[in-house]
Amino acid sequence: MTTLLLNGKTVSIKGPDDSPLLWTIRDEIGLKGTKYGCGIGMCGACTVHVNGRPARSCITTVRSVAGAAVTTIEGLDPAGQHSVQKAWIELQVPQCGYCQSGQIMQAAALLADYPDPTDQDINAVMAGNLCRCMAYIRIRNAIKLAATRMRKDTSQK
Amino acid sequence: MLSGAGYCAVCHTRAGGEPFAGGYGLATPFGTIYSTNITPDPATGIGNWSEAAFARAMHEGVARDGSHLFPAFPYDHFTKVSDDDVKAVYAYIMTRPPVSTSPPPNTIPFPLNIRIFQEGWKLLFFRSGRYQPDTTKTAEWNRGAYLAEGLSHCGGCHTPRNTLGAEKVHDAYAGDMVDGWVAPTLTDSNPSPVPWTQGELFSYLRSGASPLHGVSGGPMAPVIHTGLAAVPDADIQAQAVYFADIDQAAVRGSAVEAVVRSRLATSHLGSGQEYDPAARLYAGACIGCHYNAGPMPLTVRPELALNSALTLPTPANFIRVVLGGLSLQDGGPGLVMPAYASAFTDADVARLAAYLRRTRTDRPPWADVDKQVAAIREQLAGSR
Repeated sequence: MTTLLLNGKTVSIKGPDDSPLLWTIRDEIGLKGTKYGCGIGMCGACTVHVNGRPARSCITTVRSVAGAAVTTIEGLDPAGQHSVQKAWIELQVPQCGYCQSGQIMQAAALLADYPDPTDQDINAVMAGNLCRCMAYIRIRNAIKLAATRMRKDTSQK
Repeated sequence: MLSGAGYCAVCHTRAGGEPFAGGYGLATPFGTIYSTNITPDPATGIGNWSEAAFARAMHEGVARDGSHLFPAFPYDHFTKVSDDDVKAVYAYIMTRPPVSTSPPPNTIPFPLNIRIFQEGWKLLFFRSGRYQPDTTKTAEWNRGAYLAEGLSHCGGCHTPRNTLGAEKVHDAYAGDMVDGWVAPTLTDSNPSPVPWTQGELFSYLRSGASPLHGVSGGPMAPVIHTGLAAVPDADIQAQAVYFADIDQAAVRGSAVEAVVRSRLATSHLGSGQEYDPAARLYAGACIGCHYNAGPMPLTVRPELALNSALTLPTPANFIRVVLGGLSLQDGGPGLVMPAYASAFTDADVARLAAYLRRTRTDRPPWADVDKQVAAIREQLAGSR
């Protein structure tokens, strides 16, 4: 049986190990924040973190991440107060909101690698996360706002 | 540790089977050879083998019953292993839990399956003898050479074989195909944009990832994550010293920073308003994880403009990784790449391969990429 460290808790997966991680998270574990978009790893709506790295859960099998630490939008911050989430609310980023958990997970991973991202860095790392409402300008602004706050927090520590 | 350095369990364990109990099929041009049970079970394993019989197998390629072993068991390398180390491996193997099981029969056709013919092969190609140090080199270099040419038998995959399946000694480490993967050349003709330095080699052999070359995959993955994992840093470092000398890294490595800078300048390609369908594919599926801002790439963001898979003479490794992905057991520490077999058509993969070869390397286009994608996809589907 495959086990995962999901949002900090060890869980045993009963379903088949060639099942996409997305369906395990949504249907077996019951966490519905991670969304199904295209099912072929081309839209980013299903993005979660595997060992801190962004991963498209719709084409990532449970078997390939056995034993890994998997973080979903529910576990990014226990109180939903990650800097990216706060900036998201403050700038009223989403329109329909379907892509936002994937966008936020990808953006959080971007800022872990590049704390002061340029427009080019944002364009490249966020290129695989589609927003059909075209909220890209607000997404970019929220990433920059979160980046500024996170750098400030780090320098004060 | 020595057993790890020799990857005994990698070949002598079938997928999902008990360690050292055999049954792993090695596909050779002559047929499939199944590894034997080397647990100390008296009936089906090597429980009745004396230390002398074990040493004869390692050093001379002769089984306990006097028959000649196939060189799929790399006794042509193990003959270089010191008597003391062979004794230590024997002691380790004989204290593993015995398992009663026999491998499936080999599929080597008549007359090659007649073991006496192996004697002729040995006369032609096999030279028995322990490793002789090169006194012009350092002790660390010699330690690396002893391990690489002996127990770790790197040439078993990385040295091309002649039509009779023997390693071409004058073409040592010139690269070959293994299980459908390219085992790249380890000499100074390795086509990576920057040479494999001691530091890059150590990082790769220790963790499965090197910042300027990429991560392990295919048959090399268990070599690193199952075999070498048991080997101490000093011995990994010694092998890194040895191979950095083989590929002449010191002579070739003067312009690394300039090469990395010029390669990284292509890292963002595909992230703009793209009309090229291949670039759009790359933007949708790949760039989010593979983009690097520089000045140096992050190991957790394998930089494709420096990646070995794109500069090799054939796209086999690239296609296999895209279709099959990399699990936590394959690549760099903690890294996973999803399998795109269900997401991409053959044409998508071929288009992506051609696009990356064109925009991220200075190499000529690969030939017949679409045919190779179809063939590899068929093989992957059959092996599931």
